[in-house]
Amino acid sequence: MSSPEVTSPAGRPDDIVAVPVRHPGRWVAAGVVVVIGAAIIRSIVTNPHFEWGIVGEYLFATPILEGLVVTLELTVIAMVIGVLFGVVLAVMRRSSNPLVSRSSWLYIWFFRGTPVLVQLLFWYNIAALYPKLGIGIPFGPAFVHPDVNSLITAFRAAVLALGLNEAAYMAEIVRAGMISVDEGQTHAAQSLGMSRLQTMQRIVLPQAMRVIIPPTGNETISMLKTTSLASTIAVAELLYSAQLIYSRTYKVIPLLIVASIWYIVCTSILYVGQYYLERHYGRGSSREVKARQWLKMENLSAPHDSGL
Amino acid sequence: MSVPMVSAEGVHKRFGRLEVLRGITLNVDPGEVMCLLGPSGSGKSTFLRCINHLEKINAGRLMVDGDLVGYRQQGDRLHELRESEVARKRAEIGMVFQHFNLFPHMTAMDNVTCAPIRVKGIARETARARATELLGQVGLADKAGSYPVQLSGGQQQRVAIARALAMDPKLMLFDEPTSALDPELVGDVLQVMKQLAADGMTMVVVTHEIGFAREVADTVVFMDDGVVVESGPPAQVLGQPRHERTRAFLSKVL
Repeated sequence: MSSPEVTSPAGRPDDIVAVPVRHPGRWVAAGVVVVIGAAIIRSIVTNPHFEWGIVGEYLFATPILEGLVVTLELTVIAMVIGVLFGVVLAVMRRSSNPLVSRSSWLYIWFFRGTPVLVQLLFWYNIAALYPKLGIGIPFGPAFVHPDVNSLITAFRAAVLALGLNEAAYMAEIVRAGMISVDEGQTHAAQSLGMSRLQTMQRIVLPQAMRVIIPPTGNETISMLKTTSLASTIAVAELLYSAQLIYSRTYKVIPLLIVASIWYIVCTSILYVGQYYLERHYGRGSSREVKARQWLKMENLSAPHDSGL
Repeated sequence: MSVPMVSAEGVHKRFGRLEVLRGITLNVDPGEVMCLLGPSGSGKSTFLRCINHLEKINAGRLMVDGDLVGYRQQGDRLHELRESEVARKRAEIGMVFQHFNLFPHMTAMDNVTCAPIRVKGIARETARARATELLGQVGLADKAGSYPVQLSGGQQQRVAIARALAMDPKLMLFDEPTSALDPELVGDVLQVMKQLAADGMTMVVVTHEIGFAREVADTVVFMDDGVVVESGPPAQVLGQPRHERTRAFLSKVL
C-alpha cells in the first residue's frame, strides 16, 4: 500500500499564471445586444405615439385601479377554487375505486381539452342551457328555483370558468407532487398508526409541496394574465377598464401600456412571494443548518436543563 | 402458557401469480428475539410486513397478541377490519425500515413526537419530554433539532428506532435495519438493538448480520423460497445446521 503523497508547505509550487483564452465571439454578441437595446430605448423615449404623458395620467386613474382590484379578486378566487378542487381531483385520481378515478380523469380530459375562452363563453351563456336551477332531491322535487340568468353574473361566470379550468391543471400538478413522495413515507406513517387522511395531510402533501409550489406559482402568474379574457364578457377587470377608456378617448396604445404596467407589477410581486414559499417548503432538503434552526435547537436544550 | 406475541399458521402470500410465502408457521413469545435469515427473495421482508398488515395475507392465520391481523372472527366468518381499527393495531407495533423512511420535512424531534401527538393524542410537552429521553437512549440527545439529511445513515436509523419506540410498542419489527448503512455505522445501530433486546422487548429482526443473530437472538429462523427451512436456537441453526440449504447459505455469508 502506498500512502498518498503529501506536499509540505515549503515545497508548495507557485500559483499557475497562464494567458486566458480570448473570446472574441462574446464581445461581438455583447456589442450587438447593446446596439439593439439602445435602439429600443431610443424609440421608446422619442416615439411620440407612446404618449407617456397620457400613461402617467391614467396609471392611477380610479377606473384603472378599480379594474386592477377586480383582476386580483378574479385571480385569487379562481386560484383558490383551482387549488382546492385540484387537490380533490388529484386524490380522486389515486382512488382505488375505478368509478372515482375515471371520473376525475374524464374531468381533466374535458377541461384541458377545450379552450378556456370557450368555457368562459359557455358559463356566461349557461342560462340558455339551464334557465332554472333546482336545489332539492336528485330526480325528485326541488325546493328552491333560483333564476340562473341573475345567479350567474359576468363576474361569477368568469370565476367559474377560470377556477374549474385551473382545477384540471392543478390536479395534474398535485398528482405529480404526490407521486414524487417515496412510498416508504406512506408505509412509515401507516406503521405508526396514522390514518390515510393524517398520512396525506401530515406526511405526503407537505413533501409534495416542494414539487407542487414552483408550477403553481407559474399557474398563478398565468392566471393573473388569463383573467384578461374576462374582458370579452364585459367583466370590468383591468383590461376591460382600459378598453372602456380608450373606446372613448381613442388613446389605445397608452392605455394598453397602463394595463401592461400593472400586470407586470403584479406578476413581479408574485415572483417574490413564490421565492419565500419555495424556501418554506424546502425545509429539510439541504444539509446546511439555517440560522432559525439553530435558535430552535437552543430552545430544545434549554427546558431540558431547567426541568431536571 | 402465555399467548404468543406473533403466531403464524400456514401463512400464504401471493403477488399476482408469484407465490412469495408458501405456508409459514412459527410462534414468537413475549420477550423473545427472533432473527429471520435467508437469501433475498425468500419472503422474510414480506412476512414482516404481513405482521403489521402492510401486506394482506392470502391464506392461513396470522395473529398478534391473540388477535387476528386485519380481520375479526365472528362465528365461522372473517370480517375485514375497518381502516381505523387496522391503524390502531399498527400503532401497537413498531417498525424499522431498511431505508429508515424518516420524514425529511421534520426535525428528529418532530419525527419522534409526530405519531404520539397525532395518533395517541399525547400532550405536546409530554411527547417532547419522552422524545428527549428516547433520543438520549439511542445516543442522539444533541441531534433533536437536526433534519434527517443532516444526519448520517446510522444516526437516521437510530432516530427511526426512537420514533418507533415513542409509540410504546409491544412488538418491534426490524426490516434489514443495517443493510443500507456504511460498515462503520452498523455497530451503533446494533448496539441500540441489543440494549432493546436486553430490556425485554419482543423483536422480529430480518437481518444479514449473522454475528448479531448469534449473540442476541433467542430463535433463528432460516427461510428460503417462501418456507421456513429450519428454526431453533442460534447455536443449533448457525452452528450445526441440519439442512443442506442452510449450510449453503451460511457458507456464503460467513
